[in-house]
Amino acid sequence: MTAVLELDRVTRVYGSGHLAVTALDGVSLRVAAGELVAVMGPSGAGKTTLLHLAGGLDRPTGGRVVVAGGDLGRLDAHGLAVLRRRRIGYVFQDLNLLPGLTAAENVALPRELDGVGSRQAHREALDALELVGLADRAAAFPDQLSGGERQRVAIARAVVGQRVLLLADEPTGALDSLTGEAILGLLRAGCDAGVAGVLVTHEARYAAWADRVVFLGDGRVVDQSPFVATARSANDRLGGSR
Amino acid sequence: MSVKYALLALLAQRPMYGYQLKSQFEGRLGQTWPLNVGQVYTTLARLERDGLVQGKTADPEGGEARRTYRISDAGRATLAEWFATPVSRNGQHRDELLVKVVAALDNGRDAVVAVLRRQRTATLELLRRHTLAKADAARRGDLPRLLAADLLIAQAEGEAAWLDLCEARLSHHDGMEVPR
Repeated sequence: MTAVLELDRVTRVYGSGHLAVTALDGVSLRVAAGELVAVMGPSGAGKTTLLHLAGGLDRPTGGRVVVAGGDLGRLDAHGLAVLRRRRIGYVFQDLNLLPGLTAAENVALPRELDGVGSRQAHREALDALELVGLADRAAAFPDQLSGGERQRVAIARAVVGQRVLLLADEPTGALDSLTGEAILGLLRAGCDAGVAGVLVTHEARYAAWADRVVFLGDGRVVDQSPFVATARSANDRLGGSR
Repeated sequence: MSVKYALLALLAQRPMYGYQLKSQFEGRLGQTWPLNVGQVYTTLARLERDGLVQGKTADPEGGEARRTYRISDAGRATLAEWFATPVSRNGQHRDELLVKVVAALDNGRDAVVAVLRRQRTATLELLRRHTLAKADAARRGDLPRLLAADLLIAQAEGEAAWLDLCEARLSHHDGMEVPR
């Protein structure tokens, strides 16, 4: 299976000299279309750094990051911005819906930036909101939405258009268990629909929705848990529950 | 122990005979707790002996003779007391995993970490199986199974968190040692 995301011996060092901190140290990871990989590990293990590098929000000091066949290291700032906007969806804990825009406008924004007509973008946004069960909240502003609803808007925005990679950093952060579960169900459904996903979480109950779990410690992969017995065929069942 | 109360709770709804009790119980918890019919009858016999239920054998008009059980006042009181008392988890620290981890301490840090990581893989596998069962129960709208899966997930999650904590403690255990 072709990998949508490929990290090849990726290293990220912050600072230099005796102040240098190695956040990520030769990590390799492949995530295929339709696959959800959970990344776990203690604070400071490099989880968020890995996610930022995978999403082109940061550049590695060593190694290669390839998304949808494109080597991020070979792209200029413009090329990277386009790739990020078109191919990668981000769901972060405190993500940053624009307060002055409605839910639908927030979801439509990346499409409009991409040159899609505003009517078409709005239609796509409504479809995406429908997918996450928020069609009736499309006209609400972020401060009129609950934490769980805002996170669902972020997911709608992350899957709208032709995204191939979904990156989620503690997307269940401050949410209660039931709401967190619903968010995971949506991420899982997104991957079952063919997107590759990476989920950073410190909660095993959410990692259990993934196909594989990668454990980081001090910037390295220290362990992996392939769900051999229950892998692929099971995913339809998980995603189908929503 | 719990089977006794589960049967009392079912009989508090309406009188039933043994096989009905078995299918009612399994309809709720069968996936996590299969019950054999012999267990139902021995439990019913004990409940009857203790005066918590009354059994009555119906006339076998053509069919088989059936003993129908009805909860007594004493049975209702016992059931009410059970509902009013929290379940005691005391003593569950006598756990094989703890014994294994502590035993591995004598073989050095790497040996303990190996035990912890193997266990974590197994625990995550389990967690995933329960998660699949939960998704299935949710789709079928089967609330008892959903709650059973939630409990198993919470327990496995607790174990996973403990394993992580053990590994973290091992890297910061300067000054602590195993008593000889």
